[in-house]
Parts: sequence; structure tokens; C-alpha cells
Amino acid sequence: MWLHRYAKFVSAATVLLIVAGGLVTSTGSGLAVPDWPTSYGWNMFTFPMKHMVGGIFYEHGHRLIASGVGFLTIILALWLWRAEPRRWMRILGFAALSAVCLQGLLGGITVLWFLPTAVSTAHAGLAQIFFCLTIAISLFTSRGWTDGTSDPVDDGMLRRVSATTTALIYTQVIVGATMRHSDAGLAIPDFPLVFGGLFPPQWTPQIAIHYAHRVGAVVVTLAIAATAGHVLYHHSNRPELRRPAAVLVCFLLAQITLGAFVIWSAKDIAINTAHVACGALTLATSLVLTLRSYRVRFEGTAPVAVRVRQPVAPKLGRSGAHA
Amino acid sequence: MHPRLFVVPFVLSFGVAACGGGSQPAPAPAAETAAPAATVDPATAATVAGKVNLEGTPPANAPIQMKADPACMKANEGNKPTQETYVGDAGALGNVFVYVQSGISGTFPAPTTAFVFDQKACHYNPHVFGVQVGQPIEIVNSDATLHNIHAMPKTNQEFNTAQPIQGMKTSHTFTTKEESVVIPFKCDVHGWMNAFVGVLDHPYFAVTKNDGTFSIPNLPPGKYTLAAWHEKLGTQTLEVTVAAKESKSDANFTFKAPAGAN
Repeated sequence: MWLHRYAKFVSAATVLLIVAGGLVTSTGSGLAVPDWPTSYGWNMFTFPMKHMVGGIFYEHGHRLIASGVGFLTIILALWLWRAEPRRWMRILGFAALSAVCLQGLLGGITVLWFLPTAVSTAHAGLAQIFFCLTIAISLFTSRGWTDGTSDPVDDGMLRRVSATTTALIYTQVIVGATMRHSDAGLAIPDFPLVFGGLFPPQWTPQIAIHYAHRVGAVVVTLAIAATAGHVLYHHSNRPELRRPAAVLVCFLLAQITLGAFVIWSAKDIAINTAHVACGALTLATSLVLTLRSYRVRFEGTAPVAVRVRQPVAPKLGRSGAHA
Repeated sequence: MHPRLFVVPFVLSFGVAACGGGSQPAPAPAAETAAPAATVDPATAATVAGKVNLEGTPPANAPIQMKADPACMKANEGNKPTQETYVGDAGALGNVFVYVQSGISGTFPAPTTAFVFDQKACHYNPHVFGVQVGQPIEIVNSDATLHNIHAMPKTNQEFNTAQPIQGMKTSHTFTTKEESVVIPFKCDVHGWMNAFVGVLDHPYFAVTKNDGTFSIPNLPPGKYTLAAWHEKLGTQTLEVTVAAKESKSDANFTFKAPAGAN
């Protein structure tokens, strides 16, 4: 139980990290600290707090939070290694640790290479992957998962539609990240119309990626509607599916609203960053629903071992008498 | 579901991201066969001068909020700093980079004296300037706060240098003619700080003063294309012909002020 609580804490810290990272891009602070892994020549952890000004506050703050999450992930991976009887869970822990280490490297590389779109987008994409890993670990260590159920949902259509939705959401996140890191966030300045119509009158790479993100939003909306509809129609009596489906719809509505206001506010920093965070939460919710739809495939996997204190056998002498 | 499945989306993200393109600086053009060094005969050298006018009322320069850095607020105490987008006396436009765009032949050795580019009171000083290819720029941090000096050229190598200490000096030299001529600078710590440098392979450029005037001396007689660049209003060109020893003073440009807020 404590492992599960800790895993949830790491997930929550990762949401904070995603918000911090989103703020770096939203405020244009990605290059406010030109060097890495040092910060203006200081060791990252000894950088004077009085110098956390302007863009440095966001960029260096992001680095500090990232280091904190990295440290938490080390503990999580070690704890899983020590406590988890399920071998695949121990591997998952180290996968999360590898991901967060690689994230640090990508973050440093993108700064040293002046924020190339490909590297910055990969950094954003891996952030979502890492977040999904922490969410999955939280789910797999939960009592609801480990205790299992005598009647897990076995719905092939639900597995397919929820997995597809999760993949589509992730793709939309990547397209959004590419759009952000290629300065295309306002390439189409109006919403919901596109230059007053449905299609751009001209195409540039920035307009194209922005339009792709809007089309992606429509696709994701349909996918989430299909998933939630399937759950509510076929499994409304299963709270472990019904609740994430409902939450998924709420996040979708919030995300569409935030996306609209990003345009209308000309990329207000808070709204822009909230849109990034909401995207991550939408992805995580869809992932939870997907994993739960696959719960039946995990049947037979040994749950977390219940620690039962076994009586110590008395030591007997050669004659069989107590020593 | 095998944990390795988590790796697949990540790999895909790399693939998609790699297709997203990236901005890499264009490689420096191959060295051309060196043109002969230009010699300017003082007996025939001409001067082109003029004025850049601004028609209409420009939008007000945006006020700058410096509360992100107490040191900047303190350095600007009592002032109400604004952006320097539209500067100049009535009807005139300052901070316009005027240069000879074509008509020059020969090579001109770069000055060895560094151009001093200062960060003071969390402003760049000057806001617009020009240097020759190979001329050192001495970037100074005169402020009691950190700055980063970030140049974003298209042809030259991009750089982003930390200057955490007051009085710190960094030297940089642009090694090739900039395709877009003007290179923007910014400070990523203080988002309001921006400046522009024109990088040319000859010395025939100037920046207009507050009264809009400029003067480009020591020009060999001939036919030239002058260009006037403004950070918001774009570039205009003008054909001029100067005779030997002529002091031409009517190379004027007129920009139209945009409507709406700055």
C-alpha cells in the first residue's frame, strides 16, 4: 500500500514537472540558461536563489523540479526492485528510471543545440511517456489491480477502441508539441474557423502543422466519444471503467475549451500551459481505461505478495529434542 | 500488456518529431575567389545622405514591465521604460538600418576595433547597429544581474552566451555576410530586451538618428542600391547614383506607420 501511495506521489510530482516544462516554452525561457548541466557556471544545485529572475526562474526551476522527480524515480525503481515479486513490474520501474534519465539528456541537448524542433518535440514526447509509466506503475500497484476481481471485463472491442484512443491522444500530443516548438501556435489566428473558413487559403509548414492539430482534435474527440459511449452502453455497471470514461470526457471538454482560449487569448501563458497539462491528464486517463480493459489479460500474474509472518521452526538437536 | 510496448510510442515520437523539421543554421557559403581589395580614392569619394521619414502616427511603444527582475526595476526607478520600436522626432524614424545593398565591388578589411554592445539598465545599447564581417563585437554586461546574449542569425552560427557577472565582457565575431543582413539579438532572461545588428562585408551602412537622418561617407562614385530596414516596417530600396566628390543629401525614404497597437 505504501508503495502504491509513493507511486501516486511520483505521478503527481510528474504533473508538476509537466506544468513547469510547459511554462518554460510558454514564456519563451528555453534558452534563459545557456549552459547545461551547469547554470551560468554554477552547479545546478548551488545556483543562487537570488538569481532566479525572469526566464531563469522558469528554466532553472524546471531543471530543479526535474532533478527532484529523477530522484523520486530512483527511489521508486529501487523500491519496486526490492518489493515487487512481479518481474515485469521491476522492469517497468527501471524503464521509468531510464526514461527520466534520457529526458534529462534530451533537455540538456535541446538547450545546447538552441532548441531544435525535433529534439524539443522528442523531449515533450518522452515527458508524456514517462508520465504514462508513472501512471501505469501507480495503477499496477493499486489494491484494485493487485487484488483482482473474479469477473474481469473481457471485451475485445473495448480493448481495441480504448487502445486506439490512447494512441490517437498521444499522436495529438506530439503534433501539438511539434506545433509549439515550431512557433505555429498562432499560425491560424482564429477559432473555430480557419482564416474565416474551413480550410487555409494558403499552406505553409506552420499552418499545416497547426491545421493538423485541429484535425487531430476532431479525430480524438470522436475516438473518446466512441470509447466513452462503448463503456457507458456496455459496462455502465463497472465503476472501474465508468469513472475513467466519465473523467476522460470531462478532460476532453476542458481541453477543447482551453485550446479555443489559447487562440482567443493569443497564447496567454497560463492558458497555454494549462492546455499542455490537460493534454497529459487526458492521455493518462485514457491509458488507465485502456489498461483496465486489458486487466483480464493479466489474470494469472502473481499479485503483490502478501507478507505473512511464518512461525519459526524450533531448532532440534540430533536426538530430535529441542536444542 | 508488456512494458516494452511503452517504448514503441516513444520511438514513434522520435520518428514524428524528426519529421517535424528543425532549424539548423545554414552552412556558411563556400569561400569565393577573393575579390581584390577595394581602394577608395579620397579625391573622388562621395557621400550619400538622407532622411527616413515616417508618415502617419505610429502606435505607442509598448511599456515594459520589469517586475520579473528586481535589479532591472531598481535600475529603471523613476522611469517608465518602453520598447524602442518607433523612435524619432515627429515625422522622422530613428533606428533604421540603412546600407548599400548592391553596387559595391572589392573587399574591405574589417576594422580591428571592437564595436561595444552594452547591456545597461536591462536595455541593449544601441538598439540597432552595424558591423562588418570579421569585426569583433564586445558585449558588455553593465548590470548587476544576469543576462544571456542570444543571437539568432540564419547564415552565421547561432550563439547564446551567459553573462552572470556585472562588468563581464564577451567578444564575438560574425564570420560571414548574413543573408538576411540583419541579425536579431535577445535576452531570454529578460524577454523585453531585443536588438538588431546588420552584418555586411563592407563599411557602407548607417543607423538613422532620432531626426531620421543618416550619412554614408567615403563611397566610390557609381550607381548603388540603398536599402533601409526597420524592425517592424520592413525594407525599402532606393537607386542612387553618385558622381565623384558628390555629397548627395536627398536619399530619402518614407515609411507608413501601421494602424493599431504596437
